[in-house]
Amino acid sequence: MSNIIRTKNAKDKIRKNSVLRPESAPSAQALKSDTQPAVVFCRPASLRDIETHYCAGCGHGIIHRLICEVIDELNIREKTIAVAPVGCAVIAYDYWDFDVSEAAHGRTPAVATGIKRVRPDNIVFTYQGDGDLAAIGTAEIVHAANRGENITVIFVNNGVYGMTGGQMAPTTLAGQKTATTLQGRSLRREGYPLKVLEMLAVLPGTKYLERVAVNSAQEVMRARRAIRKAFVTQMQGKGFSMVEVLSMCPTYWGMTPIQAAERIKNDVATFYPLGLVKG
Amino acid sequence: MSKKEILMCGNEACGEGAILAGCRFYAGYPITPQNELTAYMARRMNETGGVFIQAESEIAAINMVFGAAVAGARAMTSSSSPGVSLKQEGISYLAACELPCVIVNIQRGGPGLGNIAPAQGDYFQAVKGGGHGDYKMIVLAPNSVQELLEHTFLAFDLADKYRNPAFILGDGLLGQMMEPLQIPSRLESKTYDKRWALTGCSGRKPNIIRSLLLSEGALEEHNKRLQAKFSAIKEAEVRYEALNVKDSDLILVAYGSVARMARAAMSEARAKGMKVGLIRPITLWPFPEKILKETCARAKKFLVVEMSAGQMVEDVKLAVGDKAEVNFLGRMGGGIPSEEEILQHIEAII
Repeated sequence: MSNIIRTKNAKDKIRKNSVLRPESAPSAQALKSDTQPAVVFCRPASLRDIETHYCAGCGHGIIHRLICEVIDELNIREKTIAVAPVGCAVIAYDYWDFDVSEAAHGRTPAVATGIKRVRPDNIVFTYQGDGDLAAIGTAEIVHAANRGENITVIFVNNGVYGMTGGQMAPTTLAGQKTATTLQGRSLRREGYPLKVLEMLAVLPGTKYLERVAVNSAQEVMRARRAIRKAFVTQMQGKGFSMVEVLSMCPTYWGMTPIQAAERIKNDVATFYPLGLVKG
Repeated sequence: MSKKEILMCGNEACGEGAILAGCRFYAGYPITPQNELTAYMARRMNETGGVFIQAESEIAAINMVFGAAVAGARAMTSSSSPGVSLKQEGISYLAACELPCVIVNIQRGGPGLGNIAPAQGDYFQAVKGGGHGDYKMIVLAPNSVQELLEHTFLAFDLADKYRNPAFILGDGLLGQMMEPLQIPSRLESKTYDKRWALTGCSGRKPNIIRSLLLSEGALEEHNKRLQAKFSAIKEAEVRYEALNVKDSDLILVAYGSVARMARAAMSEARAKGMKVGLIRPITLWPFPEKILKETCARAKKFLVVEMSAGQMVEDVKLAVGDKAEVNFLGRMGGGIPSEEEILQHIEAII
């Protein structure tokens, strides 16, 4: 931890200097400050100061952070209730400094439905992987979306089951080798990769659906804007919002982090097109 | 307490008990023979400003209840046997996360899709734990329309008191039949501290609801704490009805609707001069072991009557050990033991 710039007092610094401009460059006034160095980048207040358990090059850390930045920016930390998935992000509550509940694998949208219906004034979001959302929890996500539940879903699609050892996910690309598709995913044998957003887009209950990626700084900033828009959609009471985030799993893709980021651009995003699907 | 009397079916009485207890969240899925309960909750939640959701599955329904309980609400789901099997995953999580809620099983014939006739084949599932891991639910077994209301009301208090799922084990006969019901005009329902609930972390540290405990020894410690809670429930919450147990040679043991047939058979047997008593467990867990043990000092014969192949009879045998002879009369797949059938068994055994 010693080589990381400590940001323990991030909250105070933000308030004192008012220099955090997440959507733009730090203000000139802040940069001129001569009393103490200006903070131009720090840990969001909603993100806990702990060591990561994610693998090198994994996208979860980036996505966790983006959510926290948006929650800080919208000033909804004390109103937020998150539902964590089963999968690599199962201990998301260790990272997030707001109320979080566990849910059984795939049942996340049902749990979020129960919470939001009881507490409509709270901001409720689920964080789900592709196994959680697109395989075991298919019924729950489709029906939560179809009911138009006023919740936000952050759907992390990295095309594998990371937690259990890199097995095929419903979103695994054709030909992709995994622990359970040793010769590569065969469309004839395993079927086609599932495009969940496009499926949900036909439902009147869904109000904002966008696919983003976290493989480059540019895409990360787009992802951040999409996550923000999803939360705002909920805050405005419009209904179901979901952001699918194409994310890297270098460990089970058998790649370096840089190769994994390249793969998103070259292979994954060509099958799962980035951009607004609905909204 | 002033009371008005109305005619109601058991399923609806169960729903009214929940409403009286302040339950304002219900999620369910249609299945016979409990459909009147789901329909009743749809109407009453609308009238009381509560939440009613017809879920996409039993699995979703129990997980919506999980969410409502996480948010601190009094929440309920109901189903019948095959649907309750689907809820088992959620029940294990609810127990593990110490979330209070009420689950109702209006049992039907099984296994499999079975039929829609009354049965008691889900005793093991309810009492021994149908989901994974070491947990217990408080299981109440009403035997009338009136008790369906009262036990459901009680179940919410017990669930909140112990932060644990409570369970109503009824059957299709109780759920469907109509009886005069006294709706108490005022029932005292306690409010319990729910500082653990997720409400948004305004003015406090964030709350986390979880059952995943990965650090060395943490899960064993959690289990020990759960077991200590279950011991406290066992100590404090045993409920039963005991009739003529002091002077009887033979004790009938039956719960739910079967206990009514058993009671009639007991009266008939006593009219014929046979010394027969009845123990009716009201809580199936915790099981009334003590009264059974005490009763064997006098009674040397027991007859357990169930609408199953023999499930509660195992707990009776565990309680009495070798102190008395335990006989069994069971009907399955929708068969209902009649008063005459029970009497014949009494006469053959005594």
